[in-house]
Amino acid sequence: MLHLTYLIILLPLVGFGILLAAGRRLGDPAAGWLATIAVGASFVVSVGVYLSLLGVDAPVRSYGQNLWTWIPVDRLQVHAGLYVDPLSMTMVLFITGISSLIHLYSIGYMKGDKDFPKFFLYMNLFVASMLILVLGSNLLVTFVGWEGVGTCSYWLVSFWFTRDSAASAGKKAFVYNRIGDVGFLLAIFLVWSKVHTFDYQAIFANIDKIGSANITAICLLLLVGVMGKSAQIPLFPWLADAMEGPTPVSALIHAATMVTAGVYLLCRVNPLLHASPSAELTIAIVGAATAFVAATIACAQQDIKKVLAYSTVSQLGYMFLAIGCGAYTAAIFLMVAHAFFKGLLFLGAGSVIHGLHDEQDLKRMGNLRAYLPITFITFAIGWLCIAAVPPLSGFWAKGDILDNTWAAHPALWAVGIVTAALTAYYMSRLTGLAFFGKDRWAGADGGPTPDAAYAHHADGHSSEPHESPWIMTVPLWILSFFAAVAGVMAISGSRFSLANWVDPVFGANLFHNNLSSSALWVLAVVDGVVAVLFVLIGLRLWSTRSERPALEASFLRGAWYINELYDTVFGRPSERLAAFCADVVDPKIIDGAVNGVAGAFRGSGSLLRRTQTGYVRNYLVGIMFGAVVILGFMLTRMWWG
Amino acid sequence: MSVSPGWYLGLSTVLFAIGTIGVLVRRNVLIMFMCVELMLNAANLAFVTFARTLHDIGGQVLVFFVLVVAAAEVVVGLGIVVAIFRRRASANADDLHLMKG
Repeated sequence: MLHLTYLIILLPLVGFGILLAAGRRLGDPAAGWLATIAVGASFVVSVGVYLSLLGVDAPVRSYGQNLWTWIPVDRLQVHAGLYVDPLSMTMVLFITGISSLIHLYSIGYMKGDKDFPKFFLYMNLFVASMLILVLGSNLLVTFVGWEGVGTCSYWLVSFWFTRDSAASAGKKAFVYNRIGDVGFLLAIFLVWSKVHTFDYQAIFANIDKIGSANITAICLLLLVGVMGKSAQIPLFPWLADAMEGPTPVSALIHAATMVTAGVYLLCRVNPLLHASPSAELTIAIVGAATAFVAATIACAQQDIKKVLAYSTVSQLGYMFLAIGCGAYTAAIFLMVAHAFFKGLLFLGAGSVIHGLHDEQDLKRMGNLRAYLPITFITFAIGWLCIAAVPPLSGFWAKGDILDNTWAAHPALWAVGIVTAALTAYYMSRLTGLAFFGKDRWAGADGGPTPDAAYAHHADGHSSEPHESPWIMTVPLWILSFFAAVAGVMAISGSRFSLANWVDPVFGANLFHNNLSSSALWVLAVVDGVVAVLFVLIGLRLWSTRSERPALEASFLRGAWYINELYDTVFGRPSERLAAFCADVVDPKIIDGAVNGVAGAFRGSGSLLRRTQTGYVRNYLVGIMFGAVVILGFMLTRMWWG
Repeated sequence: MSVSPGWYLGLSTVLFAIGTIGVLVRRNVLIMFMCVELMLNAANLAFVTFARTLHDIGGQVLVFFVLVVAAAEVVVGLGIVVAIFRRRASANADDLHLMKG
């Protein structure tokens, strides 16, 4: 059923269309169910396509589908084409799978919101865009999806746009992404100018014609593009602000899928990266730096979602580090595992926020394991996964990356292992503050409940934290199962082995670490010990006390003051330039030119109006004078001509 | 004895000059009208004179056209003058300077 690939995209798109036409009439919760079914059906088709793809026997399993000719202009022949191979199939499977679960969860989470149908409208459009992005057979189709997910991200971040912070967070996300998009577009133009095609396979076939300097330029421009989408240094601050969106959005778009688009794109263009070692090194350094910086920031955040946001940035940094080392399979492995456990953690955080009536401050939680048992158990699985405690999936995925980094760039491995320690620490801090210790939530001591101005379920719950309904806990259970067992993909030779499945896509471009098994064992033990040690340290420090100012430096709480830096370097000068334009250029130069022209006409008019006296005799004199002049002229021509 | 064409042309010039000066210096709309007629007929006289001397009937034909146009013009012009006179009880051309810029 490979020829049904287009249905994977079409189904969420149809859901979007129906919701666009009749979303309000369907209302709450029918609109949500419709959207969930659309995405769920897309998942079913994906599984069918996956099974068919397994049947294809070739060095590289793949299937191309040209839907129509999109841009037929002379030499510019762009097809709306889809390309299925193990890489894009892996993406499609986890995107549709996790999207279905998060759609289901959202039915519960968004219950009672006045824009309930609109939320699912955006969500379906997002899923369709994301699938276009990963299934596109050429750079332009990918770019359509790329912009589509960016737009949906903007709509969903500022979903509660009546709140000032949400509106400006949406704008911030959009602007940062646009900066990256410039790089992506320039890379596309450069590719076109060298090989006159956008098709991935055609580009790779003609890679010799591009020239090594141009390949490096293309890779670095693409890196600028993915920095924006995947929140890498220096374009990462938007992701923390994007937490203003509803929590399912944070889980789906800003953890599991959209932000991994950059990782996917770099994996997709692996032959280009392989041809440019300097670009690979740049990617590795950017990834390692991002992983470390974001992890330090996450250690001092107070908002539960901000911790998870910086943690996402940090994990994406790991994926970039792996790509920079050429270990694409390891990057994909962490991407899939991360999609499970970070989706789970965000949904768990959403359940906590829901249960506490929109409280997001970690310092006002505490002891929630007594009130939210299901959320606690599932969240704990996610926590141990991301902390890389063996034998959960995070351990295998992160271990895979660290092994390859050790073999390729030992200095970056050191950054990686320090970041792993920080990851284990800050996630334990989060868990300790939220689920252990004393009850600190508002109302625990009979105090006032938090402001419910934007509460979407302010319908007379008691102030005590409450467990979420089944519609929200079922996705938690499913995700925690997959997060826990996703490590089986690391077992080489098994039928679940990720390496067997995607390695052929990368072929000779893949980095093989050639480490001896004893070295691998030592590295694994180091990873495991570091993880367990820092989980215990974090839990011990933060489950007993909620205030430790020495460990929450304001430098880290302020995210390395990166926002202030950008404000000083870019924001203020731009504002001054704008003020200069508004106060000087516009009134003096632009208005001056316009008013000057008008004044010149007015002046000449007031001079000329004197000739219009209104007296017939004056006009007659003019006529006669003219007649005499003409007559005189004719006479001169007659006599002297 | 025949009068030479020069006299006719001289008379025509004198009539045209009288008409022109009349239009320019008089204020009464009716007098101005009559002066315009005078100019037209001065031109007619010149046409007829040239037609005779040059043996070209075209000049005389043109006179008929001028007469027809002059008649039509008088009809319209006098109509306007009467209309204005009814409203203002004056035939002074200088009273009509609404088009002053």
